[in-house]
Amino acid sequence: MTEAVISLNNLQFTWPRSSQPVLSIEQLHVNPGEHLFIQGKSGSGKTTLLNLLTGINQPDSGQLSVLGFDLPAMSSIRRDSFRADHLGVIFQQFNLLPFLSIVDNVMLPCRFSKRRRDKAGNLEQAAKQMLDELQISENLRQRNVMDLSVGQQQRVAVARALIGNPEIVIADEPTSALDTENRDNFVDLLFRRANEHGSTLIFVSHDQHLFNHFQHSIHLDDVNLAIATSAE
Amino acid sequence: MKLLPLTLKSAWNRRLSLSLTVLSIAISIMLLLGVDQVRKEAKRNFINTISKTDLIVGARSGPVNLLLYSVFRIGNATNNVSWESFEKLSSLKQVKWAIPLSLGDSHRGYRVLGTNTDYFKYYRFGGDRQLEFAEGGIFSHVYQVVLGADVAASLGYRLEDNIVVSHGLSSASFANHDDKPFRVIGILKKTGTPLDRTLHVPLEGISAIHSDWKSGTRSPLHLNAQQALKMDLIPKEITAFMLGLKNRIATFRVQRQINEFDEEPLLAIVPGATLSELWRLLSHFEVILLAISTLVLVAGLIGMLTTIISSLNERRREMAILRAIGAHPYHIILLFMMETLIIVSLGIVLGIFLLYLLMFSVNPLLTEWTGLTLQIQAPDMQQWLLLAVIMSAGVLVSLVPGLIAYRHSLQDGLMPRL
Repeated sequence: MTEAVISLNNLQFTWPRSSQPVLSIEQLHVNPGEHLFIQGKSGSGKTTLLNLLTGINQPDSGQLSVLGFDLPAMSSIRRDSFRADHLGVIFQQFNLLPFLSIVDNVMLPCRFSKRRRDKAGNLEQAAKQMLDELQISENLRQRNVMDLSVGQQQRVAVARALIGNPEIVIADEPTSALDTENRDNFVDLLFRRANEHGSTLIFVSHDQHLFNHFQHSIHLDDVNLAIATSAE
Repeated sequence: MKLLPLTLKSAWNRRLSLSLTVLSIAISIMLLLGVDQVRKEAKRNFINTISKTDLIVGARSGPVNLLLYSVFRIGNATNNVSWESFEKLSSLKQVKWAIPLSLGDSHRGYRVLGTNTDYFKYYRFGGDRQLEFAEGGIFSHVYQVVLGADVAASLGYRLEDNIVVSHGLSSASFANHDDKPFRVIGILKKTGTPLDRTLHVPLEGISAIHSDWKSGTRSPLHLNAQQALKMDLIPKEITAFMLGLKNRIATFRVQRQINEFDEEPLLAIVPGATLSELWRLLSHFEVILLAISTLVLVAGLIGMLTTIISSLNERRREMAILRAIGAHPYHIILLFMMETLIIVSLGIVLGIFLLYLLMFSVNPLLTEWTGLTLQIQAPDMQQWLLLAVIMSAGVLVSLVPGLIAYRHSLQDGLMPRL
């Protein structure tokens, strides 16, 4: 059995000034290259889980290891560098900085990570190639970020998440602003690209319909004991 | 350095509001430095109202009072100096020249000064500037008058005009010396000193118009202008006199000698020292000016703070994206500090540019209107220091939005709450 990319044991998180934990997970393991769908309705602790996996928040107790890094033991600055080096993040929408060109937006993570800069090689060339693969044509690239459709913007966000081959891509409701057809296309595209780059994909959404696209999926409501106990 | 291009591009995206902020800071910098410059220039011009005169002598009163009535034509002498004392003291061996001053009459609100031709030869102001004539020349006859530039300009007098001197200082005086008019023989160039508001007549002229007066009223014995000329026109007393010494080192010795003069109670002052004393009395004014311009600067900085803080919410998404990509919270603070620093630096550069542009374009007009000249110099040490303080204040101010954004980004994590 290969080493898990993400492994967490007895993880618990409570917001400051709150007595109830919002997240309590006994065990979760993600294997390299896996595409994991985490389904959960709002309030199920999706965002909290992502903040923990990306090293933005710290768990109260339990083990959390990502790519073999013991995140809770690291300083906040090292966690930020870890995120820059190893994670690509795609939001629901508004992924792009409006004052940068499309190509500059794609290259942005490499400003903060030498590792990804080195892996990408010639930055501008790498960015353009990725945009080509995602059907953002030369012509389209000249436009202002805000003039792109939401679907096009999300594709640029994929390019940004994947530049410099980060090991893990985290997508937080990336399809919620897309219609059904665009949604399915986008998920296919994301899978293909993640496979090509050898990235593990963590895909979080409340959308039940995406369930059948994934081999691996979990319901956060079932896994998060904090919800289960408070519901009883 | 990876943040600088981001800062610049982000700021460029908000260039309209930020350029207005830069402009408001530039204007406050211009005002602050301008007030400081004008303050220093005003002091220099003030201290230079009279120069190269070693002593001013008048009846014993306060030094500031003597300076005020003899140089600035403000207020009155409490007492006069007898002609005998003047003659005695001006013939001291250390004395190079002596100029008698006789004040007390006026013309339509402007003071009339009785003096001699040495006045035009030895009077210096603004360092070493001599009196110059715009038209005409020095008086050579009893009933002639030389006008200061303002008197001629505001009353519209030309050469050859006749002027009637009023008795006393009130502009509403009914006691006019209308039987003995003075003819305008010269008009001085603008000096920027009280001299511009003075009419200069020969000392004998003052005696002549008073030859048939006694105790401030016209005596029944009437003398016309020609008859008056035949009288003894050497005055019995004068208001004050100025002394130039052969050697300035002797100043204090002569001063003591005059102060201890036992035939008449007299006071001798060193003009420079008394001018400085007077300037200190006026210095509250400059403190107020500086305080106002400092407040304008504070308003400018607060304006900048307002602009940046009001953009914080719309930039929350920007910060979340940067955080997701791996920016540290301190990168976020740095982003705001760099932005502020750029704004303040541009404001300072633009402000200095505007100030010098203004000074260069206004200087010729200023000289024409007031006779004052601005000596345009590069900012001095004190002003550079001031700019450094403003810069530091800008950095301090920038911590406010920086820390707010920092707190936002810690709270928001990857999900900005909008």
